[in-house]
Amino acid sequence: MNPETLDDNFQIPAPERIGQERGSLTRIVQEMVFTVDHKTLGLMYIASGLLFFVVSGLMAAMIRIQLSVPRNHFLDPDVFNRLFTMHGTAMVFLVGMPIIFGFANYLVPLMIGARDMAFPRLNAFGFWVFFFSGLLLYFSYLGAPGLYAAGSAPDVGWFAYSPLTAKAFSRGHSTDYWTLSLLLGGIGSIATSINIIVTALCLRCKGMLLVRMPLFVWMFLVVAFLVIIAMPPLSACQIMLILDRYCGAHFFDTQAGGSAVLWQHFFWIFGHPEVYILILPGFAVASEVIPVFSRKPIFGYPVMVAASVMIGFISLGVWAHHMFTVGMTSIGNTFFAISTLLVAIPTGIKIFNWIGTMYGGKLRFELPMLFCLGFLFQFLIAGLTGVMLAIAPFDWQLSDSYFVVAHFHYVLIGGLLYTIFAGLYYWYPKALGKMPDFKLGLWHFILFTAGFHLTFFPQHLSGFLGMPRRIYTYDAGRGWDLWNLISSIGVIFQAVGILFFVFNLIYSYVKGKKAGDDPWDAWSLEWSTTSPPPAYNFETIPEVRSRRPLWDLKHPDDPDWKYE
Amino acid sequence: MTAAPAQSLEWKMPSTRKVAVISLILTESALFSVFLVAYLFYMGKSLNRPFPSEVLTFPVFATVALLSSSVTIVFSEMALHRGNKGAFHLWWAVTIALGAYFLWFTGTEWHHLIFTDRLTLATNVFGTTFYSLVGLHASHVIIGLFLLTLILVLSLLGKFPADHTEHIEMISWYWHFVDAIWIIVVTVVYIISVRY
Amino acid sequence: MRPVADMFRPLSRPAEMIHSSSLLVLAITAGIFVVVSALLVFVVWKFRRKGPEDDLREPPQIYGSTHIELAWTVVPILITVVLILVTSRTIGEIQNRVMPENAVQIRLVGHQWWWEIHYEKEGIVTANELHVPLSRRDGTGERPTELILESADVIHSFWVPQLAGKTDLIPNRKNRTWIEPFVTGTFFGNCAEYCGTQHANMLLRVIVEEPEDYEKWVRKMRQPAAVPHADLAAQGHKAFFANSCINCHMVDGTVAAGVFGPSLTKLMTRQTIGAGVAPLTPETLRAWVRDPQKLKTGCLMPDMKLPDSEVDSITAYLLTLK
Repeated sequence: MNPETLDDNFQIPAPERIGQERGSLTRIVQEMVFTVDHKTLGLMYIASGLLFFVVSGLMAAMIRIQLSVPRNHFLDPDVFNRLFTMHGTAMVFLVGMPIIFGFANYLVPLMIGARDMAFPRLNAFGFWVFFFSGLLLYFSYLGAPGLYAAGSAPDVGWFAYSPLTAKAFSRGHSTDYWTLSLLLGGIGSIATSINIIVTALCLRCKGMLLVRMPLFVWMFLVVAFLVIIAMPPLSACQIMLILDRYCGAHFFDTQAGGSAVLWQHFFWIFGHPEVYILILPGFAVASEVIPVFSRKPIFGYPVMVAASVMIGFISLGVWAHHMFTVGMTSIGNTFFAISTLLVAIPTGIKIFNWIGTMYGGKLRFELPMLFCLGFLFQFLIAGLTGVMLAIAPFDWQLSDSYFVVAHFHYVLIGGLLYTIFAGLYYWYPKALGKMPDFKLGLWHFILFTAGFHLTFFPQHLSGFLGMPRRIYTYDAGRGWDLWNLISSIGVIFQAVGILFFVFNLIYSYVKGKKAGDDPWDAWSLEWSTTSPPPAYNFETIPEVRSRRPLWDLKHPDDPDWKYE
Repeated sequence: MTAAPAQSLEWKMPSTRKVAVISLILTESALFSVFLVAYLFYMGKSLNRPFPSEVLTFPVFATVALLSSSVTIVFSEMALHRGNKGAFHLWWAVTIALGAYFLWFTGTEWHHLIFTDRLTLATNVFGTTFYSLVGLHASHVIIGLFLLTLILVLSLLGKFPADHTEHIEMISWYWHFVDAIWIIVVTVVYIISVRY
Repeated sequence: MRPVADMFRPLSRPAEMIHSSSLLVLAITAGIFVVVSALLVFVVWKFRRKGPEDDLREPPQIYGSTHIELAWTVVPILITVVLILVTSRTIGEIQNRVMPENAVQIRLVGHQWWWEIHYEKEGIVTANELHVPLSRRDGTGERPTELILESADVIHSFWVPQLAGKTDLIPNRKNRTWIEPFVTGTFFGNCAEYCGTQHANMLLRVIVEEPEDYEKWVRKMRQPAAVPHADLAAQGHKAFFANSCINCHMVDGTVAAGVFGPSLTKLMTRQTIGAGVAPLTPETLRAWVRDPQKLKTGCLMPDMKLPDSEVDSITAYLLTLK
């Protein structure tokens, strides 16, 4: 174990005079730069993820302003194309990924009774690589025009189909910034994921058998395995693209016999598991929050674990359902339609098990639970639209239309973001020692939910009416005007909701009431230590005998281990 | 109330290093698969010469050298476990020499391909996929050689702690992985693709 | 004119075949939605915390139930099997359709940001507006249209929701799809794969006509372009061939044979200009000749910076191409 994490009073020796007194700005910066503590890094991941979230959220707002009325002149086409590219890339790689890694970093060691991650310095490396990859992507606005003043930020879409990324069609350096940023971010993600795997497998406290691990840790284990298998194809793609653009290679050069479809295969071999990399952490949070606020253990723990592992495996074999329109053979189309439909089975099991957990419980509608209920409802819709998209013939109509946009926003906002909010409210008292304000949180929930459905539900309908995604404008009279206007109005509600959220985070930190060690009366190990936990996490490493160690402590007359 | 069942005092977790190296090998395999698939996909799809059948010859000595280095590194480890430092250093150095020979061979092969056969990364899709795949493997040989040399130098200087045998084992795992990849690469590139 | 491209009002095969299987999928998913969300609402309402007395005792701790879990595993599996069967059948029916001898064959080439259209057998080259004959379903004249899809630069996608689902136009690859409309009219479609700056203004119209009208259109397209005699148009004719217009554009029956821009043969028979960016009128045509970048920012035709006199005369010449 690292000496830094063991001794609370450990001082970084040099330079000696900088920031001696606690709380001064230099001291805080110094701590952030030098820290290898999993909790500090976790919070830094989440904070920078939220920062990028606000920036790319504002980009989305500009997109919606442009599309609110037909033939709008608010944005130039190139500016619009850059906005949706940056919005998509940033939301996946600079918002989704860091926030889930932030949760993993903060919570996995605490939940398994460890003092830190297995490799604390690798952990810090992972964070800083991610952070600079984010800065690099945004720096493209300044740096990409280069000497030729061609282009600015990347404008090739977040999956950057070749040959649009070839030198001939993407001049300047914007695509290179995109490529390098993703390559760098991939390295960081792989490093962090190896760390998560090793931590979960090797640092469990006494008695924490794999079958007693919290579902949260299980799902992050699956996520980490998916990252280390799915991220290299993305990195390989980026290496090939760099070779194509700078060394005259022909991987995706259709003029030299190269294939434009190959990029799509490689990208989606990464891209589809990526969807599960992003949504499994959502499941992880829900699987912690729902039992605690239903006052019951998770229903069917073994099946939940099996379903997560199954989702992980199946997700590696479904990538070409993003490519039903490229002209695959009927056999190829059928195969990928079938494999995609199979995902519905374990996912369905999960939804039923969460409902089963609530059945017969005493539901407490605290903020985390409210967001988890929102998640359940919205993820149900997202899953069902996903089933529609899996039907290859139906997908020939739906793919690349606004229906797809609606679908994945229901997955990523309705599913992932809602559970992120739930998780933030749930562990806020643990990390900062103060309770989040309920009233502000309720306003956040109501406004954001209203705005979310207003914005994204109509997009299903404009998709049905033939509106393709990624168009910067459209003619009046094609049946899309009303739906787009409603969609844009929804953004206002979402924005106000987010203001309530951000304000709540700050307000509760300053004015919130003290949380205590275990404000929700929960059962996993992180609630057995102080809030916020000390640098060494636990005074003595705990020993567990069941899946709910704190339940055993609180109910010595009826402990869980009797039923295992 | 019943007493909690006593847990056995033994609580052994897998070694962090081993799990980390296995994960690393897993992720590296995924990376190699993509380049392998690209090579296989573009086999016989080059629009212009040279084609693999015209310029590739099976690298007998290099393959034998690299594969036998997997054996010598095992001898080296066994020597270390017996506590025979001298034999450990000797076999370790032989491993490095065999790896270095492999690398030297790749260098001369590429030199010949570039300057005699006029095949570069930019010539055709064969050149593109060949250099990227074999180059990716060669870069892993370089990393392996660097680690091997580092261990040898530290050990000869006496700066390598005796209880760090697991480090040695991990490096040998990595080296075996690099060799295993070569078996696949050599099969695909020098046996299968020379039909085109 | 059918500007509202509602995929649930298909007026052609294969859109109709997709439609019927999608209705089944919609019904199944809607059923699941109703059942599961009702269950969710019921559980949330029934088991809500009713008051502080609920905090005193924890509810019974249930860890799972093999029977129940088995039940909600088997039911989704059955539903999945049904969906798989429907999907595979529809895929096969659409993709394995054999085209009859008399099928119209059109080669559609995607460009940034317009559609190049070839009727190889008829020897017609046009742009952005497909003319196809109606297919009679009563057995008196079934005549589908086969589309061969290619691309000259990046990936585009053919999509006219009321006629057929998407198929991509990919460089160095030949894709195929087909349509068989049974109602006349003008159908709207967009390029459905992001292809760069003006992806939004890469619109496609399919004009479905009675077979006789279609044949009339084919004959008309094959007539050579007349050399204009009127003063202004004659000057424009001269200016058109003297400037670099002909490097990119072709006019059938003249020396203009450029292939980088849309063919201008019988230009004035088309409904729109700039692949649908504006309706084709003398005013928009003049504005386009003046400066295409004003109408369609970023399009690959540069501002030619022509003097006003040439703008007028070239416009006058183009107006004679009908």
